Amino acid sequence: MSLLRYESQVRPPIVDGTKDYHQVTEDICRPVEAKPSRLWWIGFLISVGLLIFGIVSVTMEVMYGTGQWNLNKTIGWGWDITNFVWWVGIGHAGTLISAILLLFRQGWRTGVNRAAEAMTIFAVMCAGQFPIWHMGRVWDAFFVLPYPNTRGPLWVNFNSPLLWDVFAISTYFTVSLLFWYSGLLPDLATLRDRAKLKWRKMFYGVAAFGWTGSTKHWQRHEALSLVLAGLSTPLVLSVHTIVSFDFATSVVPGWHTTIFPPYFVAGAVFSGFAMVQTLLLVTRKVLGLQDYITIEHIEVMNKVIVLTGSIVGIAYLTELFMAWYSHVDYEWFAFKENRVNLNSPYGWSYWLMMGCNVLSPQVFWSKKLRRNLLLTFFMSILVNIGMWFERFVIIVTSVYRDYLPSAWSTYYAPTIWEVGFYMGTFGLFFTCYFLFSKFFPVIAVAEIKHILKKNGESYKEKMNVEEEETVEEFAHKNLHDDHH
Amino acid sequence: MSVKKFVVGNFDDEAVLFPAVKKVRRAGYKIHDVFTPFPIHGLDKAMGLKDTSLHVAGFIYGIAGTTTALSFITWALTIDWQVNFGGKPYFSLPAWIPITFELTVLFASVGMVLTFCWLCQLAPFIKKDHFNPRSTDDLFVMAVECTDKTNEQEALAFLNSVGAKDVSVQYRETGWWLGRYDQETVRYGKKVEAV
Repeated sequence: MSLLRYESQVRPPIVDGTKDYHQVTEDICRPVEAKPSRLWWIGFLISVGLLIFGIVSVTMEVMYGTGQWNLNKTIGWGWDITNFVWWVGIGHAGTLISAILLLFRQGWRTGVNRAAEAMTIFAVMCAGQFPIWHMGRVWDAFFVLPYPNTRGPLWVNFNSPLLWDVFAISTYFTVSLLFWYSGLLPDLATLRDRAKLKWRKMFYGVAAFGWTGSTKHWQRHEALSLVLAGLSTPLVLSVHTIVSFDFATSVVPGWHTTIFPPYFVAGAVFSGFAMVQTLLLVTRKVLGLQDYITIEHIEVMNKVIVLTGSIVGIAYLTELFMAWYSHVDYEWFAFKENRVNLNSPYGWSYWLMMGCNVLSPQVFWSKKLRRNLLLTFFMSILVNIGMWFERFVIIVTSVYRDYLPSAWSTYYAPTIWEVGFYMGTFGLFFTCYFLFSKFFPVIAVAEIKHILKKNGESYKEKMNVEEEETVEEFAHKNLHDDHH
Repeated sequence: MSVKKFVVGNFDDEAVLFPAVKKVRRAGYKIHDVFTPFPIHGLDKAMGLKDTSLHVAGFIYGIAGTTTALSFITWALTIDWQVNFGGKPYFSLPAWIPITFELTVLFASVGMVLTFCWLCQLAPFIKKDHFNPRSTDDLFVMAVECTDKTNEQEALAFLNSVGAKDVSVQYRETGWWLGRYDQETVRYGKKVEAV
């Protein structure tokens, strides 16, 4: 009978330590109210430096044209579009965590959703830079919008995937921003009501929109969050699907593939989670939030990384198989000669991608390694390098040698201004993230309080005591009760 | 502007707050509002608040987005200026699905957030009163509105008896910032009030 032990179905706690509501507020608001540390200043200044490098690089490109980049006759999309797809992909994890995991009622998302959503917004801001500045005559960028113009009006081509991108990215940015900010309102109100300094009172007073925590407001707020999550879920899937259409609807060997939408979405979630890991491992350490972003969170996200990494691996093998199976010479050439062949000019990038994205995440099948913070940090960087190379492989190795050998291009390597532009977006991203982590609570305070009684360590202990009784004891006790 | 009197009780546990809300309403008091640091599911029902129809508004905005996208693209590409893209039909509906979808989501989201802000009267530079600043930290603050018939000493004692940690009488000028939903609450147990 003792084998039939009644085991607890309770999951491990998501908030560590004995805390009450006030302690939660204190812990999360402390970094916002304290003076920034030296580490913060160093990181912030490096980011601003990179941002300035980026601004200079973009200025060069605007003044002298896209000729400042090493794009050539067939490689019209080089680093810039690679970076665009990479940044958009990184943005996907935030919405996945905040929206899809909300719908799936995953309690652990509360510890990480705020920072991940912020990351989404900053990543999409960075992504948007690339197609905009790639236009060359950037002062005509508004031509992409369907506005009544004096040229007819000649409308934009609504059948073009590039225009779908304009709508997808701008909608994604707007909706993510609204979702993030509406979630921030209660926490900004918390900061406002705690504020001692005058500028804080004013700043958070304006930012909190006059939030009070009225029951009616909460009721509407919950309805709003749920519907926004429901809308964001198909939205996030649609965004990378549409980005993949930029390639999939063309007739370029290596791009013309029906597998692209799911393959891109899985890759986006994969790289996004890696970026979330990179940021949160540093954030929790620097801000002392280990009780809220626990090792359980890191482990769960590593599980997502190994899952999506393997989906991406299957996608790589599937497209390789389909290229061979299709019996299309050009398609097979693009894969066999331009990618798989290690001796070809870009063969190295294909195998770098394979190694970083498919092989390396497999270490996370081991529970011990999933809970190793140093390894997780290293892997998160590796995955993002791999995912950058995935986009590079797709874009460059497909177009540099296609149908006509006479049109094959020379070797493409970026100029300093292309690299500078990319570095500049890192500057933009981290500048925003540093400011966010200084002025906003990086963890959703109200949401943590909401799950505290269900998922806090001290409350869980009590529940476990109750549930750790054998079936015999349980039956005995109940029978006993019946007799009386 | 008239001044209203409120009896305010602070609770430190939602498990105490729930029965307290029911008892206070059953005793016939009019709860102005309960301010909580996080959403407490079911509290709106306990307070007798109506369900929100914000999601219905979201649906209508979404449909508006779908209609806008489809009708505008149809008009622009089939009526206003026909362009022949590789011999494809002018009315190429499948190619319009992505933008139609995006605009549906965009209209629904923006519309809902604006409606939310409008209904809750939230905007930058708006200052509202919630009786105790700790209601955004760790306290659940119940404000009971005093009418002509209310005996404030009895009300204070009653709030204490149902578990409020500390109670006070506060005066507020009436105005929209106090909220406009008192007509939405259904008071029940009016007969009990007489007792």
